[in-house]
Amino acid sequence: MSTEAVGRPRPKGGGAVPFRALLWRFPWLRPLLLLTPPMAWFVLIYLASLVLLLITAFWSIDPFTTQIVQVWNTKNFETILSDPTYRIIIGRTAGLAALVTLTDIVLAFPLAYYMAKVASRRVQNLLFAAVLLPLWASYLARVYAWILILNHTGVLNWSLQSIGLPAANIGYTNTAMWLVFSYIWLPFMIIPTYAALERVPDSLLEAAADLGARRWRTTLDVVLPLALPGVVAGSIFTFSLTLGDYITPILVGGAGSQFIGNVVYANVGIANNIPFAAALATVPIVIMAAYLLIAQRLGAFEAL
Amino acid sequence: MGVRKAGLVRLGCMAAAAVITATACGSSPSPSGPTLQVPPTAKLAPPTSIGAGEGQLNLVLWDGYADKSWVDPFTAATGCKVNQHPAGSSDEMVSLMKDGGGGNWDMVSASGDADLRLIYSGDVKPMNTALIPDWTNFQTYFQSPPYNTIMGVHYGISLQWGPNTLLYNTKKFVNPPTSWGVIYDPANKGLVTIPDNPIQIADAALYLSKTKPSLHITDPYELTQPQFDAAVALLKGQQPLIKKYWALATDEISLFQNGDVTVGAAWPYQTIQLKLAGSPVDETIPSEGATGWADTWMLATKAAHPNCAYLWTKWVSTPKVQAEQALSFGETPVNSMACAQMEALQAGSCAQYHADKGQAYFDTIKFWKTPIAQCPDGTTVCVPYDQWVSAWTTIKG
Repeated sequence: MSTEAVGRPRPKGGGAVPFRALLWRFPWLRPLLLLTPPMAWFVLIYLASLVLLLITAFWSIDPFTTQIVQVWNTKNFETILSDPTYRIIIGRTAGLAALVTLTDIVLAFPLAYYMAKVASRRVQNLLFAAVLLPLWASYLARVYAWILILNHTGVLNWSLQSIGLPAANIGYTNTAMWLVFSYIWLPFMIIPTYAALERVPDSLLEAAADLGARRWRTTLDVVLPLALPGVVAGSIFTFSLTLGDYITPILVGGAGSQFIGNVVYANVGIANNIPFAAALATVPIVIMAAYLLIAQRLGAFEAL
Repeated sequence: MGVRKAGLVRLGCMAAAAVITATACGSSPSPSGPTLQVPPTAKLAPPTSIGAGEGQLNLVLWDGYADKSWVDPFTAATGCKVNQHPAGSSDEMVSLMKDGGGGNWDMVSASGDADLRLIYSGDVKPMNTALIPDWTNFQTYFQSPPYNTIMGVHYGISLQWGPNTLLYNTKKFVNPPTSWGVIYDPANKGLVTIPDNPIQIADAALYLSKTKPSLHITDPYELTQPQFDAAVALLKGQQPLIKKYWALATDEISLFQNGDVTVGAAWPYQTIQLKLAGSPVDETIPSEGATGWADTWMLATKAAHPNCAYLWTKWVSTPKVQAEQALSFGETPVNSMACAQMEALQAGSCAQYHADKGQAYFDTIKFWKTPIAQCPDGTTVCVPYDQWVSAWTTIKG
């Protein structure tokens, strides 16, 4: 970069024009070359598949042979809107995603604050390792571990009984899903919150103290507004990861624990009804688009 | 109007849509007539002899259906190298076999809930039972079962089967339950598990066929809308009693082992595994009877290695391989001669897997078949499979 900026290479008269000279003569060539591969990837793999998904959503299948019938109709969307089952499933998915996000904010904020503002460098490194450690283990193994904790004869009930409390029957329920999701996605909330808190200058806290603000006043009026973009950035992760998950509901959910992802999976894998799956898959896209719009207003993208 | 015909009408529209416009295709006239449909490949004459093997055989199958212990001797004897593609569900099998297997796949070990879809899509073609010497030793029911034989034409050779039994904890149920009613009984709230499979609606229909005769259910896979609605309502009422809808056999085993459930619908495989692990369980076929699954080796319409396919079918139909597969997977052979082989491999296994039962036993079992719009009387008022799937989503909630 710097060499070209200082001394511009001159094209030599005669012979082949060197590549560098070409770049110098056509300044737009460099960004074009650099951006073509990622843009091609983005357009072909990412946008094209989304467009295909949207188009498929307006088709249907032959009920018997399960072949796709390319006749335009909005029947899939009408079913999603009119059948209360799908409203319940969408509500459950979005509701639990929101609940998990709130839980993770409450759990992550104090820890992130301690890591960013209180802990020594050594403790900070240790905590970082501890937060990221679960990500080294397989997602599936960690969810299965929770099954062993929560089931009828699991660690939880065993512990409760050994101190004389009644058994908690939360294995294979929506409560179990809430616990597991909150645990699994916690690191994705801690890291961005920490990053935002670390950028809050200590001088601001001192100034608040000098002006007579107590700890709570400082936290509410100084720390929270400055950390908010980080928290919102973290919430994008926890919310979208929960919204799109279908493995945890299969493993730790019980009866009445279906997520949008499970219905999509059932329609692709069991019914072979890809048009309906595509129609249902647009629901989380719409939810996430609205969420990201709000997040952007709150300045989350500046904290990423 | 036949279902298959409807498919062709729509396919025609697809082609036309490219030229004109799609709007005209919404309402197609529906000439109706109570005629049984003829599968598209019915006229393809099967070979009358097996030629030399082509050296390769590509199978879509259930995991464990081509174990080394009987594949290796087969390859050594015939020179046919077996390439396997295990499928996770009947529906995955149907989608893999689209376009007659596309030349990629030679055979599929399809279950009864997929068979009619494969046959009426033209993805599989008739097979010559005369080329399978052991076919005459098959239990009579499995020579020409309705899920793979249509109007006398065999679209595959039966392989193995198993009943869907009632599994229960013997400590909770000191007196063995005699009715499927226990899994619909609010007394067992939170202690019930049933398979996570739309075909489970047939189990509810079977129960209703005995307990609510006014519905006139004769075949749990051929339900009119009121019959279907009654079965779905029964299952929706059952949902609060369910601890978990199990997806894998191992899920159900751990549910019973951990004491999360005490009663549920299962396969003999789970009972055997749980008993081996020392769990206090037993199984029964209740008074209402049971549903069952039965698998068939079917030949892809575009099979590239038909000779190896016939050699393979011949091989897996022999009593020895039938017995080996039955014990390896936990299912029951269709070859009546396999019982002695099973006893030789594992004493008592023949009775354990009900391989010694006669016709009377099969009459109590309603084997899986694809629910299609066409009812047995030729009318098309029955509820087709895609509605079973969407109803299943609403049942689970």
